Amino acid sequence: MKTESVLERMFKAGHLAVTSECGPPRGALPEKVREKAEMLRGYVDAVNVTDNQTAMVRMSSLTACILIRQMGLHPILQMVTRDRNRLALQSDLLGAYAFDINTMLCLSGDHPHFGDHPTAANVYDLDSIQLIQTVHTMREHGKFQGGDDIANPPKMFIGAAANPFADPFELRVRRLAKKADAGADFIQTQCIYNLDKFEKWMEGVCKRRLHENLFIMAGITPLKSAGMARYMQKKVPGMDVPDELVKRLAALPKDKQAEEGITIAVEAIERLKKVEGVCGFHIMAIEWEHRVPEIVRRAGLYPRPAV
Amino acid sequence: MITAERKPIQEIMNLVSPYKNLLLVGCNECVTVCSAGGRKEVALLSSALQVAFMKSGRIVHIQEMTLERQCDPEYIEQLVPHIDSVDAVLSLACGCGVQEIARRFKEKMVFPGVNTKFMGASERPGVWAERCQGCGDCLLGVTGGICPIARCSKRLQNGPCGGSSKGKCEIGPDVDCAWQLIWDRLKALGLQERYETLLPAKNWRNGRGGGPRKIVREDLM
Amino acid sequence: MEDFEPVIVAFCCHYCAYTAADMAGSLRLCYPPNVKIIRVPCSGKVDTIHLMQAIKGGADGVYVAGCLEGDCHFKSGNAKAARRVVYAKRLLNDVGIEPERIEMIMMSAGMGERFAATAEEFTAKIRGMGPNPVKLMRATAIRDPHNVSPAHKESAAV
Repeated sequence: MKTESVLERMFKAGHLAVTSECGPPRGALPEKVREKAEMLRGYVDAVNVTDNQTAMVRMSSLTACILIRQMGLHPILQMVTRDRNRLALQSDLLGAYAFDINTMLCLSGDHPHFGDHPTAANVYDLDSIQLIQTVHTMREHGKFQGGDDIANPPKMFIGAAANPFADPFELRVRRLAKKADAGADFIQTQCIYNLDKFEKWMEGVCKRRLHENLFIMAGITPLKSAGMARYMQKKVPGMDVPDELVKRLAALPKDKQAEEGITIAVEAIERLKKVEGVCGFHIMAIEWEHRVPEIVRRAGLYPRPAV
Repeated sequence: MITAERKPIQEIMNLVSPYKNLLLVGCNECVTVCSAGGRKEVALLSSALQVAFMKSGRIVHIQEMTLERQCDPEYIEQLVPHIDSVDAVLSLACGCGVQEIARRFKEKMVFPGVNTKFMGASERPGVWAERCQGCGDCLLGVTGGICPIARCSKRLQNGPCGGSSKGKCEIGPDVDCAWQLIWDRLKALGLQERYETLLPAKNWRNGRGGGPRKIVREDLM
Repeated sequence: MEDFEPVIVAFCCHYCAYTAADMAGSLRLCYPPNVKIIRVPCSGKVDTIHLMQAIKGGADGVYVAGCLEGDCHFKSGNAKAARRVVYAKRLLNDVGIEPERIEMIMMSAGMGERFAATAEEFTAKIRGMGPNPVKLMRATAIRDPHNVSPAHKESAAV
């Protein structure tokens, strides 16, 4: 084992891992964090905690991670390079590790253009791949990015994101290879709706044998309605929602669409379980955390194995 | 070139409103090429300001001059015969020119009439786009001649991010994805394998991160 | 104000509007004497600065008369002129002068009647708007010696 991460143990024991997501509140409301995390207890192995997602100010990811860790759950610290330079990122990692947080996800983050502070300077001292490299160097060589030794270096299980649906498609496997080279241990993908395209991407991944060194978790976001499906299809950059899905939801009365959305998510998980290289599922139920247990149960991923 | 854009007339008027005699100084270099602060723009702004002031019941006298370059002290000297007869200077040069005037004429207020924007190129008549951020450590040689620092919205050195869609950046349909351009170019050059070279954390000290920069060439002193 | 007679400057393209003016003359069509014609080789020769200088100099209205769309003798001079007129209008708006004081008009060489009608309509419109506020200020400024700076006494007195 490289780390004490429960996620690493889950992967190495050969189980399909399950993670979900908790977006910290837009206010100093620790009980909100606990409430959301509590819904997931027992149904997921670890909980991603987003870092000022969509470039909106929220309670810091690190703080929410600490709150969740203190509940005995396992948070995954998301870190975007948009808001902090390499000094701040590394010091936060030391802080996280001091609170027994040992799993993280390296991201570049949405551009401030989308958020509630569009006039902010974006930092991008590092990109996501350079952050992976930095965290990897801290763990493997016990050194800061600047070269100095670290006393008790944080041993982080390093995650990264992949979007098989962004353009150019032919670069998507190559970019994953760069993340693997930089030292990523596991991958969580963008929400998958176009299963054919995802499978094609996974074929490319396996052909380059990247799945031998990377644990790849398929991203699942249940659609709440035909409206949400259309919005994701048209408005969210790098999202691929096939027309059939939109039609399938739109064909039902409004009060039946949410149920169908859950069914679609469960079907996707069932199909993706069989895909070579898929090691688990990252269920991002945006403001719909309370439906995660149901998805996990129906997809046959419950109970979670003890490791 | 260094590109610039005229400030809104109202903002300029607010800046110069306490003064009755102005020296409006253009520059014959970059700001002429990008039609922000050359001879023509000096004349245009001068007439616009005079019309505006007359409309509000004031006469402001504006002397117009356009220097060969405002960023060289030799040319700034040409303002000497005129400077005493004015209360303030309004410069249409980039920020470098404005500062050279301020440095030379310590007791004369100087105002910028343009917002200096970026180092860019002319894409077609009337359109200029950013190309370089002067990072001090050029990596165009490894990115196929397209700069990710200046042209990727997140200045990713190992892009593209997940927001690249049909060749465009997630921030808007008018912005090309720099990494799509880089990839297309590497492909055209048959250098696809170069894409996989990992660019390590950049040394920003060569850029603005290291504080104000200076170039010293002793052979030219 | 009642006896206000506007001064209108018309930049007329040699290949269309200027010829149309000629045509209007040979047809014995009347148009207001307020319109001062400046012949230009192409409406595309007219720059924003010319429009602004005319307003600054006291013209109450200015128009550029170029060829019909697609008919420019120099391919696209009229389209360029039209864009400059838009820019000048924006500039006028910024400095608090009615943008309608500057217009772009298109016609062909054979449109003598249109030339006369345009001159008539534009003059009537500007007459309705009243004098260019700058003109009034210029008149008072020149009478008031306190408004004249030493460096500019000469030119302002002219």
